Amino acid sequence: MSKSALPAPETLLPLPPATFHILIALAAGDRHGYAIIQEVATRTDNQIRLGAGTLYRSLQRMLEQGLIIETDNRPAAAQDDERRRYYRITHYGETVARAEARRLTQLVRLARASGLAKETA
Amino acid sequence: MRFYHAFLYLYPASWRAEYGAEMCAVFAARRREASGVLAVLALWIEALADAVTTAPAIQWDIFRQDLRYAFRALGRSPGFAITVVTIAALGIGTTTAAYTMVDHVLIRPLPFVQSDRLVRLSQDLPVWGSHDSDISPANYRDWKRMSTSFAEMAAFNGLLVNITGQGEPEAIDGASVSGEMFSLLGIQPVVGRSFNAEDDRDSAPATVILSYGLWQARFAGNSSIIGSVIELDGKPHTVIGVMPEDFNFPTRKARLWTTLQLPPDAYEDRLDTYLYAIGRLKPGVTVSQAAAEMRNIGSRLARAFPKQLGHTSVTVMRLRDYVSDRSVLMLKVLLGAAFCVLLIACANLANLTLARALVRSRELAVRTALGAGRERLIRQMLTESLLPALAGGALGLFLAHAALPLAVRLVPTSLPIAEVPSIDPRVLLFAAGLTCATGIIFGLIPALRAGRDQGLSQLQGAGRSSAHVRQERIRSLLVVTEIAGSIVLLVAFGLLVRALWRIQSINPGFRPDHVLTLRTSLPMPRYEQLEARDPFYRHVLSEAQRLPGVTAAAYTSFLPMVMGGGIWPVEIAGHPEDVAKRRTASLRFVTPGFFRAMGIPLLMGRDVSESDLHKAPFVALVSQSFVDRYWGGENPLGRHFNIGNHDRVLIGVVADVRVRGLERSSEPQVYLSWQQPNDVSTWYAPKDLVIRTTTDPGSLVPALRRIIHQADPDQPVSDVMPLADIVEAETASRRVQLDVLGAFAAMAFLLAAVGIHGLLLFAVAARTPEIGIRIALGAQPGDIIGMTMGDGFRMAAAGVVAGLVLAYAAARVLESALAGVKPDDPPTFAAACVLATLMALAGSLLPTLRALRVDPTIAIRAE
Repeated sequence: MSKSALPAPETLLPLPPATFHILIALAAGDRHGYAIIQEVATRTDNQIRLGAGTLYRSLQRMLEQGLIIETDNRPAAAQDDERRRYYRITHYGETVARAEARRLTQLVRLARASGLAKETA
Repeated sequence: MRFYHAFLYLYPASWRAEYGAEMCAVFAARRREASGVLAVLALWIEALADAVTTAPAIQWDIFRQDLRYAFRALGRSPGFAITVVTIAALGIGTTTAAYTMVDHVLIRPLPFVQSDRLVRLSQDLPVWGSHDSDISPANYRDWKRMSTSFAEMAAFNGLLVNITGQGEPEAIDGASVSGEMFSLLGIQPVVGRSFNAEDDRDSAPATVILSYGLWQARFAGNSSIIGSVIELDGKPHTVIGVMPEDFNFPTRKARLWTTLQLPPDAYEDRLDTYLYAIGRLKPGVTVSQAAAEMRNIGSRLARAFPKQLGHTSVTVMRLRDYVSDRSVLMLKVLLGAAFCVLLIACANLANLTLARALVRSRELAVRTALGAGRERLIRQMLTESLLPALAGGALGLFLAHAALPLAVRLVPTSLPIAEVPSIDPRVLLFAAGLTCATGIIFGLIPALRAGRDQGLSQLQGAGRSSAHVRQERIRSLLVVTEIAGSIVLLVAFGLLVRALWRIQSINPGFRPDHVLTLRTSLPMPRYEQLEARDPFYRHVLSEAQRLPGVTAAAYTSFLPMVMGGGIWPVEIAGHPEDVAKRRTASLRFVTPGFFRAMGIPLLMGRDVSESDLHKAPFVALVSQSFVDRYWGGENPLGRHFNIGNHDRVLIGVVADVRVRGLERSSEPQVYLSWQQPNDVSTWYAPKDLVIRTTTDPGSLVPALRRIIHQADPDQPVSDVMPLADIVEAETASRRVQLDVLGAFAAMAFLLAAVGIHGLLLFAVAARTPEIGIRIALGAQPGDIIGMTMGDGFRMAAAGVVAGLVLAYAAARVLESALAGVKPDDPPTFAAACVLATLMALAGSLLPTLRALRVDPTIAIRAE
């Protein structure tokens, strides 16, 4: 898919929660599938544990949408498992993640203004 | 781990290939992390939930993707899409319509409670060639009393009454039923109550139940009609109920029901048969058990009453099966023909799709090279073929729905079912199944091929590979199938057309042109006495004869073909009475001039006359076959015989008429003077008026209505129609069948021609370089024509040979409906061959022209 064919980031919003979590996990660095599950679990205090089916369905869709790519940069052979595939967030993926974050922030701001959410540091 | 592997089979194969190993790895890693039984259990539950929710979603994702792709692909070639949808719609529409009809008439349970337990009981009279004759009240009573197989048994009798009082007088068909009939059928009125034993008692107050249709039409659906009194044949009847809208019994013609109320003397004569019996089998009793019991009862009764019941037995038959063999055959032919069309349509679609797959083989090869799995391609091709099949299915269903009312003549009147079948869920299911089968059949071949041999060879552009040759062979075979199928339909159609012509050329025994008929069914008991009827007949006949153009006018008991029954035993002095060789004749009372009005030739003696009064000697005319059969052709005038409760002297002989219809043989006919009924049931009182005119018969109707109104203002006029229409009605169901079959044959013909055309066009396109080289090397136009046309005719020849063999087999099945036309009728088969040749010619015309226009320089350069 050429870059010019990518739709405006806003058209993908709101992102499904799994997609957003995967983008956040990949923002920190390239990861393979199981590492994404672990990363999401750690970041959410084990609140969210993605199932394998959910994970790979999301990854497939994200690949199609151009949010991520598969990368050939693999770790040293000793730590590698040839079955694994590694994923990297694209520039477009970062833009979309930022747009989603902005959208959520605005929502929270609205909630605070009407007293529905507490101000936290 | 193996267990988890099984989960993966919920996912599409392409997905498994892509992510299966990784998913297993993920699961294995988590499995290692989980410690303790509970944690492992939780992991399994989670994995199961994950698979169950995501697998269908992924299947759906792919389906949507394929669908989008299919829409795009079809949108790029709208001509192909429209052709495919139209062909699928024709195939599915015809099959659905035919199956709906067959389902309605032969399969669907009758609309009664536990209708598979309902049977029809009739008298078996093998010596008369009848297995389902009506029965006498005495037999009905004895069958009911002696049998143990039935939870209930009830009887009915046809009824035609004049309804008077509210609005125009009207003659209405109905039935008299015994009190238990509706509870036996398990159907309750929607308004009011059903009959009970008390209503059916002789001399009980007369009651009537209305059909929904009559209630709406005549009484505006007003519930206050319950309890009110209406006049039927001048006798007051209390309306007690209205039956549901979809209730038909004993046939769809019945619009009201009264009770039988058999008087004690009805049980005296066992030869006076006019009842039909229905039984409900007890739980656990089979039809054959009941039949065995009834045969036993029949033979006991035959021993007890040898004179009346000798050689008779009892037939028990499922009510569902009360359909004539003719109807069954007609419907089977219809269904067979529809399947033929479907087959041809499928072959055509397969061919179109194959050609398209070949055109798209490069695209598929590219996708394979880019890593698309075989399963993925097959799946996508299937979606692409299911899409037009489903669209065709929807369109076909619509066509079937629109076409069904045109075929109502094929629904026999003998069954208690609606006239126009509804498309019910079962038929919908059938159509859906057909649609999917069509999609799969014509989607699978190209898809499998696409999955199998699309590879580098395609990318390299290898020309006529062995795969190509194989495919051309498959495609030729499909076209041959189409031609064979269309030949079968053409021959069947041709044979039935020839049969129709043969039947239409049968002499009915009378001249139907320029004759008007109508019915004035005089209500009893008002007209029970001859003296009461006489002034009515005299007024109507004398006034009618005075109308301009009228050359003869007369009354008869029943018109031929309209009523086939009224058969009486004949006793001839000097001939021993043997029950097994019982002499019979159809009995009719007529007024003077009947034979002239009908155009029945008087061969010998004289017509009945005004002077053949009740106190004069009783006279009779008979048909020629009566003389031939009973007096061996000797001069019969002045001889005596007994019919209709009295000795009669023979005064004349007339030609035979086809009383039972054009296609059936009839008993000899006896005609008696209307003034000499001598206790024959008033049912035989003349009711059908026959008028011969030199003008248009229809123009007489207003004047005749006026004359009848003058004679009796309460007398309804019904069944007004030219005699020619009655004869034509004999062949009406055949003509409808032919219309349908003709349409099917035309479709098949067209589809096969399109098939030849498409295949040859494609072959020419594929062989353009070859043709170019040949032309460059000096081939003459004749050679090129021979090459392309030759292909077309070789396929046509193969199709014709196969088709003729199949057509002969089909014709053998049809034989009983062919009215004597031989199943190997040479003109029909010859005509089908000529048509097939023309079809091949028409189909290969355009491809041949295209081949002739090939420019060798361009063709070779392209190579």
